[in-house]
Amino acid sequence: MQQTVPNTGTLLSMTNVGKVFAGDIEALRGMALRVQVGDFISLLGPSGCGKSTALRLLAGLSTATVGTIHWQHERVAGDIGVVFQEPTLMPWATVERNVWLPFRLSGKSFGSVRDSVHHALSLVGLDGFAKSYPRELSGGMKMRVSIARALVTNPRIILMDEPFAALDEITRFKLNNDLLALKAEIGCTVVFVTHSVFESVFMSSRIAIMAARPGRVMREVTIDEPYPREEGFRTSPEYAHYCRTTSEALRDTMMES
Amino acid sequence: MANSTAVSHQPDREELQRRRRANFERIGKWLLPMGVFALSILLWDRLVIMGEIPHYILPGPGRVWSTLINDLAILLPALKVTLQITLLALAVAVIGGVGLAVLFTQSRLVEMSFFPYAVILQVTPIISIAPLIFIYVDNRLVGLLLCAWIVAFFPVLSNTTLGLNSADHNLRDLFRIYGASRWQRLLHLQLPSALPYFLGGLRIAGGLALIGAVVAEYVAGTGGIGSGLAFTILEAGYRLNISRMFAALILIAATGVAIFSLLSLLSHLMLRKWHESAVKRDA
Repeated sequence: MQQTVPNTGTLLSMTNVGKVFAGDIEALRGMALRVQVGDFISLLGPSGCGKSTALRLLAGLSTATVGTIHWQHERVAGDIGVVFQEPTLMPWATVERNVWLPFRLSGKSFGSVRDSVHHALSLVGLDGFAKSYPRELSGGMKMRVSIARALVTNPRIILMDEPFAALDEITRFKLNNDLLALKAEIGCTVVFVTHSVFESVFMSSRIAIMAARPGRVMREVTIDEPYPREEGFRTSPEYAHYCRTTSEALRDTMMES
Repeated sequence: MANSTAVSHQPDREELQRRRRANFERIGKWLLPMGVFALSILLWDRLVIMGEIPHYILPGPGRVWSTLINDLAILLPALKVTLQITLLALAVAVIGGVGLAVLFTQSRLVEMSFFPYAVILQVTPIISIAPLIFIYVDNRLVGLLLCAWIVAFFPVLSNTTLGLNSADHNLRDLFRIYGASRWQRLLHLQLPSALPYFLGGLRIAGGLALIGAVVAEYVAGTGGIGSGLAFTILEAGYRLNISRMFAALILIAATGVAIFSLLSLLSHLMLRKWHESAVKRDA
């Protein structure tokens, strides 16, 4: 599905957003975030700082107690792709049927979107696994299916909630590289939740550093390095510099909160 | 000179032990019960002969077998009746159990209102409900069916409700994000999630439907055309025809085993491609 979205400008903005859960637990307060078209923004912060809550608000799974989330364009089904920490696949369905899900729920038959489904699978390197069941795949491959499902509708934005946290480091590095290659190819906007400084520096164009209790964005670090970023970036002096800057910003944020 | 290490392609000791265990389990799960069965028959036979027990107290296995063959004309129609009630009750239990479970998951209000009564119906012994049923229900078949259904429907209801509520919460969120309707969520997420639970309940319900049918027949206690195996046992007991009692009992047990086996096969066929319970793995 092709979206008619301008390739520049603000895609969405959160202004003064607060979220209070039952029991007076204040998860977010005064959260502000602006997402530009084509951005790769990481929400970085310690556990419990409201990163996932912010992502759920953006996904429309929860509503803000105060503040506004403004989308530049009216949202339609398929606008948002989501990747959770777990692959979250339907075990009873084959890989291609899992990727078909967003289309299926919008009433499209498999035959009418077969090419899109197979294209998404080829983008994540799973051409030969369309008929496999999730249990036949490794953890990394399952996550690739999850990513293929998130991007099959060509969404305006992909929200990723610590998608690689449960994977081993080698697989995580590989998927980091593949995700950046995908971003370069399809030019999607990504909001990425992570608690890894190194991962956020490697992946992001901007890092929003969040403080805990209540959660809010305290600092932003811009990673002014062009895409695509190759594996060599991980061992470059620039990468080390950004990691140090981000770590210091995170430390300062945690000390202030 | 390059060092070379000899690589053996022979399976190691652990692998050989694993294979032996697997072979033993594959053959043993059939051979051992058959051995126990043969030994029991032999013991039974010896006990009757050496104890000179009269056949109207305890017939030998040979006599029971010959009664089973000779009385087939009486036993088979009775089996047909019992089987008919059992299968009908099971079918109604599936429709009623799954239907109620779907209703419960669609409306918490309905679940809170009616689930306690389903539990009360289940925990009250059917033997104490059946006489009342036969007072108020004139049609004997309907009465029998009702008794068998009461016993059989609860595992289907309980398991299916649990399964429908066990759908992965992240998948639920995903369905919400993609704007799924309530019907789509039920059809594409909750029902497939509930399938293993439902099939587990169905296997239990199959046996219970047979128990319900047999108990109800005992309580109804009417004979003539259209009476099942339970009444055949009662009638044979009045006549001290112990061999026929055993023969009817064997048929009931065999029916139970057949129902369980068929439902297990169905479960395996439906889950074998994706569910942990049906997927074969190396030890």
